[in-house]
Amino acid sequence: MTRSQKRKVFNFFMKLVGLLSLALALIVLLSLILDLAIRGGGRIDMDFFTSFPSRRAGQAGILSAWVGTLLVMLITAFLTILVGVSAALYLEEYSKQNHPMTKLIELNILNLSAMPSILYGLLALGIFVHYFKLGASLLTAGLTLSLLVLPIVIVSTREALRSLPSNLKEASFALGATRFQTLYYYQLPSAMGGIMTGVILALSRAIGETAPLITIGALTYIAFLPQSIMDPFTVLPIQLFNWLSRPQAEFHVNAAAAGLVLLTLTLALNLIAILIRIRVRKSIKW
Amino acid sequence: MNFFLAILVMPFLSFAQLIRVDGSSTVFPLTEAVAEEFQAAHPKHRVTVGISGTGGGFKKFCRGETDVQNASRPIQDSEIQACKKNGIRFLELPIAFDAIAIAVHPSNSFANDITVEELKLAWQPSAQGKIMKWNQIRSTWPDQPVAFFGAGSDSGTFDYFTEAIVGKAKASRGDYTASEDDNTLVMGISREKNALGYVPLHYFEENSGKLKALKIIFKGKTQTASKEAVIQGLYAPLARPLLIYVSEKALAKPEVQLFTEFYIKNSSALTKEIQGIPLPEATYTGVLNQLKEKKWGTVFKGHSQVGMKIEDLLKKEKN
Repeated sequence: MTRSQKRKVFNFFMKLVGLLSLALALIVLLSLILDLAIRGGGRIDMDFFTSFPSRRAGQAGILSAWVGTLLVMLITAFLTILVGVSAALYLEEYSKQNHPMTKLIELNILNLSAMPSILYGLLALGIFVHYFKLGASLLTAGLTLSLLVLPIVIVSTREALRSLPSNLKEASFALGATRFQTLYYYQLPSAMGGIMTGVILALSRAIGETAPLITIGALTYIAFLPQSIMDPFTVLPIQLFNWLSRPQAEFHVNAAAAGLVLLTLTLALNLIAILIRIRVRKSIKW
Repeated sequence: MNFFLAILVMPFLSFAQLIRVDGSSTVFPLTEAVAEEFQAAHPKHRVTVGISGTGGGFKKFCRGETDVQNASRPIQDSEIQACKKNGIRFLELPIAFDAIAIAVHPSNSFANDITVEELKLAWQPSAQGKIMKWNQIRSTWPDQPVAFFGAGSDSGTFDYFTEAIVGKAKASRGDYTASEDDNTLVMGISREKNALGYVPLHYFEENSGKLKALKIIFKGKTQTASKEAVIQGLYAPLARPLLIYVSEKALAKPEVQLFTEFYIKNSSALTKEIQGIPLPEATYTGVLNQLKEKKWGTVFKGHSQVGMKIEDLLKKEKN
């Protein structure tokens, strides 16, 4: 075998390894979806979305759970965008890049993104629930989850800002624009795709969280919809977990159906992230 | 200006008439059923139920954050103190039974019963790493390894099993397959030929084809693991009452009084419906009397009383 043949064989071999790894990851996801669909798919109908939980597995639904999840996600998104994007803007554009304090903060943000989520729950229980007396409310849940995903948004926003060509920024300064004008009229709109992708990926992590919400005292049975952000709530993963722990097999079918809904929501969020990215890429012309 | 303030404050205003229940996940299915029926009968009242666990629930209850507490064990000394400190008096009302089944693989032909002493021998902390074979538990059993399965340490089942069998809550060997999820335990025992484990009785009854329950020999009496035996008081020491606690302050609210009454009156029927174990019918009348006569406090002296008769639960003096 000549050297060039050897290289080609090796090249083919590496391609195969890569393909198999990809297939493995996809097969796991697909079999999970298929398994949930087979066990719970038949349970999903309009009533499942419009009914409150019940002791009768056949009549139980996820109304309070999906409404709770939706509201918590809205509050989380609002807070995360507000605080996360502002923090990233400050770190990237206003702070002194080589100051030890800036370095320390950067290091801590990276560390925070690896913290177990239950710790955020305990923190929130002490601060939001007891000290500020916000109770086990939608607001507390939103605050807790946005703390949890802030590092993701900060890091991805900074990446998005950094990936913009710097000569346009400098041109903007050269024309006499202030830092804020440059940010507001050029950087933010251009980086919006990257920022929104980060926010949505962060939300799709937050949507499946159970531990921190149980810790702050999210409910399991609630048969009315919240009317203010200070009201008690439940979310899909908690409802799912509760059904799964019942002895009766009919509740396990409900759990599979709720799992399918949760998985679809997560995939939908990811899809939105991809669509935004494509759209923004098309609309920006340098 | 006031108008803007009102708009700002509005989303922060909350429901006033909430009945807040929290506590044990073992009691949850019954409370869920009661809450569902109660809201159907009284549409203007709203009930919420959480599952913080018996311990976590008592913390909230004794801070006055909840109205009703679901408990799979009696209130403990430290919790009584916490309640007292915050000036919270409470009613203690038994509402159903819970029991633990000792389960083995269905193909296991040599083990049919087990004494409480043998269970203690197998599960106490000093058994760890030492008692590993069936013939070490009973000499007539074969020289085969035992695969132990049991409740995880956060579960109320774990607390009660260790208290009833070993004699001290949370004292257990650690080298066993532990899970907080009873379905996982059922699956584990049903797949392991040499399994010896414990699960809540109703999990055994839902899966009676997959598991075999051992008879329990206690003080010379052989007892079958069944709901009937539990109701007749013939399943000591692995049967215990489930309780709800209602605070005095909460009972002052008419909706909580109404809910508690509703709970007791419908416990028997609803417990049966969710495949739980109800108290004897006559007992519920006694429980209702406790509510009417407002007998505050606990009959347990700060810890579980293993093998206590259900009538003893109602022998509280009015104070």
